Amino acid sequence: MASFMSLRDAVAENLMDGDAVAFEGFTHLIPHAAAHEAIRQNRKDLTLIRMTPDIVYDQMVGMGMVNKMIFSYAGNPGVGLLRRVRDAVENNWPQPLEIEEHSHAAMANAYEAGAAGLPCAVFRGYRGAGLAEVNPNIKSITCPFTGEKLAAIPSVRPDVTFIHAQRADKKGNVLIEGIIGIQKEAVLAAKRSVVTVEEIVDELDEHPNTCILPHWTVSAISVVPGGAHPSYTHGYYDRDNARYIEWDKIAADRDTFLTWMKENVIDADPEAFADRVKDLRTAA
Amino acid sequence: MSENDFTPDEMMTIAASRALTNDDVCFVGIGAPSAACNVARLTHAPDITLIYESGTIGTAPDVLPLSIGDGELCDTAITTVSVPEMFRYWLQGGRITIGFLGAAQLDKFGNINTTVIGDYHHPKTRLPGGGGAPEIATSSQQVYITMKQTLRGMVEKIDFFTSFGHGDGGDARKKLGIETAGPTLLITDLAIWKPDPETKEFTVVSLHPGVTRDEVQATCGWTVKFADDLEVTPAPTELELKTLRDLRERTRIAHSGKKEKAA
Repeated sequence: MASFMSLRDAVAENLMDGDAVAFEGFTHLIPHAAAHEAIRQNRKDLTLIRMTPDIVYDQMVGMGMVNKMIFSYAGNPGVGLLRRVRDAVENNWPQPLEIEEHSHAAMANAYEAGAAGLPCAVFRGYRGAGLAEVNPNIKSITCPFTGEKLAAIPSVRPDVTFIHAQRADKKGNVLIEGIIGIQKEAVLAAKRSVVTVEEIVDELDEHPNTCILPHWTVSAISVVPGGAHPSYTHGYYDRDNARYIEWDKIAADRDTFLTWMKENVIDADPEAFADRVKDLRTAA
Repeated sequence: MSENDFTPDEMMTIAASRALTNDDVCFVGIGAPSAACNVARLTHAPDITLIYESGTIGTAPDVLPLSIGDGELCDTAITTVSVPEMFRYWLQGGRITIGFLGAAQLDKFGNINTTVIGDYHHPKTRLPGGGGAPEIATSSQQVYITMKQTLRGMVEKIDFFTSFGHGDGGDARKKLGIETAGPTLLITDLAIWKPDPETKEFTVVSLHPGVTRDEVQATCGWTVKFADDLEVTPAPTELELKTLRDLRERTRIAHSGKKEKAA
């Protein structure tokens, strides 16, 4: 049953040291505010799960909160590499980072299997792919009906998933629209879930096939306008592409990175996000 | 506009765009493939179906997306599906005619590396990784590749098999149970390449205007084979060039920061 609470309390109650946690969002609706709150609360020894770790995972890895990352594309989309992740993988700074690497098809199937309560995902994939040789969690299974050899990987079952969504109604039913990505599966696959939303409304005004997470599938809801910035919220504000481009320079240098994190994350609060999107708002 | 008034990069994008048809259902990689696919849509293939892995099907962006999930893609799509649906029903289901990929490292059999330079466990350079590419390379009916030629990029031996092309050549795909055609076209800034029907080694079939064989070899790490009936790629038309340049200019303005929303 969804409880409404501050983001500070939602993170404190739902994210523990050592957790396997997914902050999901496929370029759209990335829960930046929630990740920043986790950074302020200095969670340690996390296993981060995500198809497309981008800036927020670069930040969490750079802040030394992460032991392991399970992922399928670790880049700054359209810009280049994740420089803090690279520094961890190549130079163990600020600490070693274990990686479990998959393809998108594999991760998507693994989340779906997690949501479906299955122990593993089966799909046609990884044929001829080098990842099958370096990731021991990539195995194969033979179809009992046709004999076709298929790929099998463990399902993804996070301790907690964080997502950002457009809005919730007063009961806590959550609406997601636009590029819906993998968020529904990531929430249903997890033991606990926290959703940040742009606003709470009386009625969701949904059409019959709208992507909705019923209130009893969500642990906590926090209202954080702008909470996806520099990612975007379809119908509310645009992606801040310039910030993604700028991140490449900030993350390139350890000191520049740490200074930026102190100013923009450690010494900031969730309320700062509304201001960051005010020039990016889309017409109603 | 004189015939020589275009850059090798523009020639590459336009040559790549010409390979696409109205009937194609194209899974679009970001960067050079994305530009080529949208030039095709804006010129000779207005009904092409462009699909980005974020779930947008039949998208028609006014500017090139910076990421595969920019809002523009969703706003202009026929429909947007979830990421698991995208990979299960649409890609694995065999509905994609062309997977259009870029490459950090490529070998002569169309195998692609976008994962690491050096050893996987102790990499010299950690690249972003495969994303959707490993299965795009095996589930799309055909794969087109586009990249700029460099000695670092086109190598005899890639450091990691992110996406399987033709392996070590011949019937390597069949041996692994892969039934799709794999890489059938490579478009670089200097030439158009197609795999030899038997060996599957990429062979230059057309040089872009003004490009010499020596230039192609000087920027390629393996010994280049040229077709007997080597052609010259037709230069970009004025319409093609204008379409590409306008698209790039709109994109530059859109990505530069403050919103300058077109009316």
